Amino acid sequence: MLEKSLREPLIFTIGRSGRRAPTQSPPPTPAAAAAGRAIPAHLRRSVPPALPEVSELQVVRHFTRLSQLNFSIDTHFYPLGSCTMKYNPKACNSYAMLPEFTGRHPLAPDNHSQGFLACLFELQEMLQDITGMQGVSLTPMAGAQGEFAGVAMIRAYRRARGDLARNQIIVPEAAHGTNPATATMCGCEVREIPCDVNGDVDLEALRAVVGPRTAGIMLTNPSTLGVFERKIEAVARIVHEAGGLLYYDGANLNAILGKVRPGDMGFDVIHMNLHKTFSTPHGGGGPGSGAVGVGARLLPFLPIPMVACEAGRYRWLDEKDRPQTIGRLSAFMGNAGVNLRAYVYMRLLGREGMVRVAEFAALNANYLLRRLLAAGFDAAYPMRRASHEFIITLKRQNREYQVTAMDVAKRLLDYGFHAPTTYFPLLVPECLLIEPTETETKEDLDRFCEAMSEILREMSEEPQKLTGAPFTMPVRRLDDVRAAKQLDLRVKPATSS
Amino acid sequence: MAFIPHTTEDVAEMLSLIGANSIGELFDEIPAALLAAPLQGVPPALSEMQIGRLMSERAALDGRPLSFIGAGAYEHHIPAPVWAITTRGEFYSAYTPYQAEASQGTLQVIYEYQSMMCALTGMEVSNASLYDGASALAEACLTAVRAHRASSSRRILMPRTVNPTYCQVAQTIAGNQNLVLQPVDFDRSAGRTLIDALRPYEGEDYAALVVQQPNYFGVLEQVDALVDWAHANDMLVIAVVNPVSLAVLKPPGEWGTPAAAKRGADIVCGEGQALGVPLSSGGPYFGFMTTRMQYVRQMPGRIVGRTVDAEGREGFTLTLQAREQHIRRSKANSNICTNQGLTVTAATIYLSLLGALGLARVAEASMARTRELTAALTAVRGVRAVFSGEGFHEAVLGFDRPVGPLLAALAQRGIQGGVDLTERFPELGPSLLVCATETKTSEDIARFARAVDELQNPAALSRGAA
Repeated sequence: MLEKSLREPLIFTIGRSGRRAPTQSPPPTPAAAAAGRAIPAHLRRSVPPALPEVSELQVVRHFTRLSQLNFSIDTHFYPLGSCTMKYNPKACNSYAMLPEFTGRHPLAPDNHSQGFLACLFELQEMLQDITGMQGVSLTPMAGAQGEFAGVAMIRAYRRARGDLARNQIIVPEAAHGTNPATATMCGCEVREIPCDVNGDVDLEALRAVVGPRTAGIMLTNPSTLGVFERKIEAVARIVHEAGGLLYYDGANLNAILGKVRPGDMGFDVIHMNLHKTFSTPHGGGGPGSGAVGVGARLLPFLPIPMVACEAGRYRWLDEKDRPQTIGRLSAFMGNAGVNLRAYVYMRLLGREGMVRVAEFAALNANYLLRRLLAAGFDAAYPMRRASHEFIITLKRQNREYQVTAMDVAKRLLDYGFHAPTTYFPLLVPECLLIEPTETETKEDLDRFCEAMSEILREMSEEPQKLTGAPFTMPVRRLDDVRAAKQLDLRVKPATSS
Repeated sequence: MAFIPHTTEDVAEMLSLIGANSIGELFDEIPAALLAAPLQGVPPALSEMQIGRLMSERAALDGRPLSFIGAGAYEHHIPAPVWAITTRGEFYSAYTPYQAEASQGTLQVIYEYQSMMCALTGMEVSNASLYDGASALAEACLTAVRAHRASSSRRILMPRTVNPTYCQVAQTIAGNQNLVLQPVDFDRSAGRTLIDALRPYEGEDYAALVVQQPNYFGVLEQVDALVDWAHANDMLVIAVVNPVSLAVLKPPGEWGTPAAAKRGADIVCGEGQALGVPLSSGGPYFGFMTTRMQYVRQMPGRIVGRTVDAEGREGFTLTLQAREQHIRRSKANSNICTNQGLTVTAATIYLSLLGALGLARVAEASMARTRELTAALTAVRGVRAVFSGEGFHEAVLGFDRPVGPLLAALAQRGIQGGVDLTERFPELGPSLLVCATETKTSEDIARFARAVDELQNPAALSRGAA
């Protein structure tokens, strides 16, 4: 539980003019002063930037206290659906932060990079095997950038075939918002299709929409509805026969790790979220890493750079080696440090551990679903198995008690649980998307269930405990409307010192 | 193994409640034909001790060479508190602050970060960061096209003094939306963009001019003249800046002559790595973007705002989300979903520790070391400074023979001598982009210069190095 009384002033207000952390900057020298004076007056800064003036201890206390205002995996159960908030092993961070790795310049020559490149090459190979793809590039810096790379490769493939009339991307209506946004960024048109009552893609709607303008379809499987897309083979057949390609959004790869390979399901291109499935940190919203994998048709178009192994030596492949590449997505080679963490994680799990991830993620999800149903909650897809996550809909409770999914989410914070994902997917009313992950104990799932039961009781007996929640956080419910209307996005210089 | 806490008893109890006989049964909705054979490409599990040993061996293989490479990623001293605090689990293992009340730490850090980036760049609003400097420039180009109300042009003037990899990335990302990046040549002697090179575009319909300060060659651009020219020709200005340099260089918000009708860059972006983020082979870094308040709704990425809670107390929350993909879907400003929260946390701690004076000392010490490095290397026969323009902490050196073999020989001696520009800028002849920051000592520089002298002029071996 967070301390309700714990608050921390802005760092700009705790300093004093002239206070510093003097050991953290180089001592002044005549040469440095001369260098500063050599800047022509019209290019020089006249007023110093309004940065904090604080001691080292003040900095340490301030940011340590701020950290204590957060929920995190290390402190709380965090069943945020579609985000795979599982334990981030400490070893992954420690070994990725060995000084040789953190100190390595991205443009270091290959002969100073064989150890680092070996890790990345092996990571490419492992991801290729797990996804059933023919090639992997690690450069996309987040899931959304991996999606961009994937759709850009589909476009490049079309261009190479003189087939750019195919510019429509089909997206199920339950898809992550990044899917349609990505298609637009790649200059494609988006065609949304519905799902049937059991959460599978509506095949009739799909047949109606495919045609000579179909570039491809973007799918998550298990879908964002928390169920496995059972008709995937038919979907693949319909799209392929219409001349389209299949894109796999790897957001839910944790559910099928080592169980089913996207390549075997018929997918031509995939992005993975290494910060979900392979447990690199979410870091308060990034950095992620969005490696992409492709089948044979898209192989020439993978983003650069990639790592090759030739006669036992590793080296980067660039545009000279891969002339049909879609190009570069980052100044260097993507979030290399994140990729190293994923590498350590995968080696710790090994081939036997991969399958156990999917199995125990599914066990935890199905157990929690059954317990919540027994407690009186409604599943959005009651006839289906949960994948690694599932959807509870509060439509009935909303009607009976006028409480919302937002209220339940906020009340869960008071019980010491991070809220599940709320209001996604958009098509399920008042929904909670719950993903417990494989690293949680049965006891924690039971405690979560008890809290949910208690909240269900409060709905009828003490609804103000929901509508007013949270009560125990450092702040009460925040005024988002005011935040958007009366924009206050920084400390103004006048009040900053 | 998989960090799975379940005992055999747990599994039995859970399966019994689910009503399944085995865990395998939970996958019975998957068509049997699709179930995968055991993975072949993933090796058996290692213990933490074993992977620790492997990683240490691999790290040792790469060693800790003496590096004079910059080109967009810079080695600076990182204060010990920065990563000690950043890697606290409460920051490291939290996610995007969707539940604001349980994420006030992350949200306040971002608000403080936004304030600091506005202060450094002299702009009114900042987002919560983008992936890296190169992708930030791509997003800045797309933002400029959206923000320029008077023009529907999708063309951007992109001087060749802008980091060429940034241009490639902008092309990859923005090219798919039919943006055209028009290169503008540079002055061979000064190493910067001249107004004369822009004359052909006067009166033409372009959305924006990009200005990198200091530019890719480490040379300072004449930003006032460039900004005045762009605004006079009804173009927006996208500034690409090194945040460390902003402790001593005029902030983009003040670029342009005071007499001009409109002052300042319109969109500012760049690479944040130099602010306390380790080199780490190129990432994770973070890209930053700041702009004028009038363009805030065109900006991509997360933004944090200060508001009040139900009791009227101050608090922080994500705001202006109506621009973003999870609301706007195919009509969003960008598909970007996350920021680079962890590296932004590091940068906020770094800037707090350094302050304005400390950051200026880092900038000036780096400039001084680069001047020392340039002097030492140009004292070697066959090496000259290519450009006459004033520089920041990088310089281009010309050689009388190809630099590839020199770099390879230096690498053999544990020295990374810089970036070979010959292929990308053949008009410069054999040339090297070098960098020295405050982390280099006079001994380091002397060692580098001695090695270059010995390799360039083998006779120097008997003579002793300069």
